[in-house]
Amino acid sequence: MPAVRLRVNGTTHELDLEPRVSLLDALRERLGLTGTKKGCDQGACGACTVLADGVRVNACLALAIQYEGREITTIEGVASPLQTAFVANDGFQCGYCTSGQICSAIGMLAEHGDGVPSAVTEHLAADGVELTDAEIRERMSGNLCRCGAYNGIVAAIKEVAGADAATRVPEEIAR
Amino acid sequence: MTGPVVGKPIDRVDGRAKTSGQALFAGEYPYPRLAYAALVHATVARGRVTGFDVAGAAAVPGVLTVLTHENAPRMKPPPRATLTNGGMIVTGTSVNYLGTDEVHWNGQPVAVVVAETLEAAREAAGLVRVTYQEVPATVDFPAEERHAVPLKGNPLQPGSARKGDAEAALESAPVSVDLRFTTPPLNHNAIEPHSTTAVWDGDRLTVHEGTQGIAWLRAHLAARFGVPEASVRVISPAVGGAFGGKGPVWAGTLLTVLAARATGRPVRMMLTREGVYRTVGGRSPSIQRVALGATADGGLTALIHTGVTGTGRVGGLPEPVTSPSGHLYAAPNILLRHSLVELDLLPNTFMRAPGEATGTFALEAAVDELAYELGMDPIALRMRNEPETNPIDGKRFSHRLLREAYAYGAERFGWADRTPEPGSMRDGRWLVGMGVATAHHGTMQFPANVTVRLSADGSVLVRCGLQEMGMGAVTTQAQIAADALGVPFEAVRVEHGDSTLPTGPAAGASAQTVSAAASLLAACDKLKRKVRALGEGGSYAEILTRAGRDHVEAAVGSQTRLGALAGQARFVAKFLRDQRRWVKAGCGAQFCEVRVDPDTGEVRVSRWLGVFDVGRVINAKTAVSQLRGGIVMGIGMTLSEETLVDPRTGRIMNPSLAEYHVPVHADIPPIDIHYLDEPDPTMPLGLLGLGEIGVTGVAGALANAIHHATGKRVRSLPITLDKLL
Repeated sequence: MPAVRLRVNGTTHELDLEPRVSLLDALRERLGLTGTKKGCDQGACGACTVLADGVRVNACLALAIQYEGREITTIEGVASPLQTAFVANDGFQCGYCTSGQICSAIGMLAEHGDGVPSAVTEHLAADGVELTDAEIRERMSGNLCRCGAYNGIVAAIKEVAGADAATRVPEEIAR
Repeated sequence: MTGPVVGKPIDRVDGRAKTSGQALFAGEYPYPRLAYAALVHATVARGRVTGFDVAGAAAVPGVLTVLTHENAPRMKPPPRATLTNGGMIVTGTSVNYLGTDEVHWNGQPVAVVVAETLEAAREAAGLVRVTYQEVPATVDFPAEERHAVPLKGNPLQPGSARKGDAEAALESAPVSVDLRFTTPPLNHNAIEPHSTTAVWDGDRLTVHEGTQGIAWLRAHLAARFGVPEASVRVISPAVGGAFGGKGPVWAGTLLTVLAARATGRPVRMMLTREGVYRTVGGRSPSIQRVALGATADGGLTALIHTGVTGTGRVGGLPEPVTSPSGHLYAAPNILLRHSLVELDLLPNTFMRAPGEATGTFALEAAVDELAYELGMDPIALRMRNEPETNPIDGKRFSHRLLREAYAYGAERFGWADRTPEPGSMRDGRWLVGMGVATAHHGTMQFPANVTVRLSADGSVLVRCGLQEMGMGAVTTQAQIAADALGVPFEAVRVEHGDSTLPTGPAAGASAQTVSAAASLLAACDKLKRKVRALGEGGSYAEILTRAGRDHVEAAVGSQTRLGALAGQARFVAKFLRDQRRWVKAGCGAQFCEVRVDPDTGEVRVSRWLGVFDVGRVINAKTAVSQLRGGIVMGIGMTLSEETLVDPRTGRIMNPSLAEYHVPVHADIPPIDIHYLDEPDPTMPLGLLGLGEIGVTGVAGALANAIHHATGKRVRSLPITLDKLL
């Protein structure tokens, strides 16, 4: 079995992994990082969303060996105001999709910050996309929540994104 | 009792753990030498296994064993459910897995592979070859409608009910509708697939399982594996969604425990998503007739609601689709009848608001159709027929603020702006429709054991083996204890989710909160009396310190077997006594607005308001989330969800979240929730339960709104765009 060097939440792990082991199973079953959830193992629910170099990926559809040398961030390595906002806005019920929702939201906000449009973006040429409810909902639609906490999740993301935008402006002015 | 904490929007106490990945779910407990199990599912609907070829599977490196009926240790068959054996009501199926060569449905587990790794287990499971002797199977629900057998019924669930002569009244009614509705099979699809980690230590068993009924599961496992209940420990502090699907005991749990027994290793099995569809029952399909007769001014003269649902030949329950029709309209002539079809399919089970979710679709859509026949506003028609007493039997309502719910909702939603003519409202290219329907859910209460301990440092520990599957159960019980004892919320800690705790109520029938609350309140009263006996004056901490005590404890309910039986008997007696006197239920008014694309038939839900009479609300934040969650599930049920069963083979054709479409973020608008917050006078703390009512009435309101937008009546769920073209 090949030795795979996985870098997760700032720590490097040396693992003997069969090539067929998914990133999700490597995290959960080999590294004990069970905060990343398995909901469908087919890329349909988003519960396994982690960040690879800051980009959101479904860990169940990723082979662990492909992620050698990448910086993987799981919920255990996340320290984001989103977490507090999810609790304050009741953006979770059973908590099983929550890790994926939070990691996905972090990746989504970064994509939005980079000017990436979505299927509901009306003006692709516009300078920046306003992060409306519709934009958030569209961009988060790969993360299922069967408990139906969607309203709270959107509220939490909006709260954090709004605060982020508010703090970003003065920094830019200062520059 | 109300204090500073009950009713407030308190954050969930388990919020931090669940937003940081620290909360452990059943398939996540580490054990040394843990092995992994995977299921092999039958590929025929009915017959016998004639042979296994396990050579390929056994040759996979890391495989420990392939268990089949030929070599597996025997479980005991499931005992029948009786009044003294209430836990057995959650027997998912009567099949004694790996104890028989019989196959009862397409997908039934016939073998289990145990291996050192998950990958090896799954690979090997795919290599097990099974041969069958097939016999003809009955799997096509719609085709079996004509063979449906009228339900005999019992006190908990009457199969039929009648008042007057509804058919004659319908015949002579000046205005009437007589309609047929269908709903498909549905699956819960909790995002956490059913998962079990099982560990034997001699004859002692520890099971980690996301369950709605810790005590049920413990009793069941003890009976099936022939060990005393005291030898079985069920640990279930976090349940990743359930919705009824984690109430019964299914094959995955039993076979993980069996695999651990056979291998002497701790074993974990997380069902694949497909495995959940193949082994965990869902909601039964239904065929319903609703016929309404009325006078020209909208007075109902006849209400007929008949339904056919399916069960498995090896288990399941009649989905009581006609139940809401006994409670909602003051018709002098009512006929309710429920018939059943037995099928060679995986048995159905409870799914959020059994019967009432699907029954209110047919009833409330029919009421809307009658309103159009009469040329009446649908809310006015409902208010014209709002009963003073329970229509079917004249019993008193313990609580009923449906008029208030509609009045408030109509105002808040802007119902007066609606023009009744179908297709008359537009927003650009979109057709706009508004619809309403009534929500209704009966109230239940289970026995519960609780202890409360007050320590000299002023802290309070509540212990109750209840289940936290997302409703905020732990938080609400802490709120109740804080107010009952007059201590700050932060001083209270609640231990839950473990069978070593005092036996909690099941998390089902929207009854967990009220059931635990009733015992918690009694325990707090007892505790206060005990403290008072120690001395008067000063804080609890001061009294305890003066008395030289480090804590005082009070318990409600007995943990002995006799105590449990007595508790069960008291519960049944109270239930029957209550049922003779009152009809207890929550109700509400669902308002929605849709936009329908006139060219593609695409339906978008643009606004939703639910106004609910659910008695007192303990936590303004989590209660709203529960009600919203129900509405979200109802939107899925109306517009996209359907489990497709191959009518030739009985095999589920879409066992995945890619092909069974639950609502996603983009499907759900802001959902406005209002609750009337008036305590029910007959229930502990005035609670009526609110976990399920949100899903009721949703399909009716949505179907009615779609008709208002398009002029089309779709009486067959889900209302996919092909049905609107």
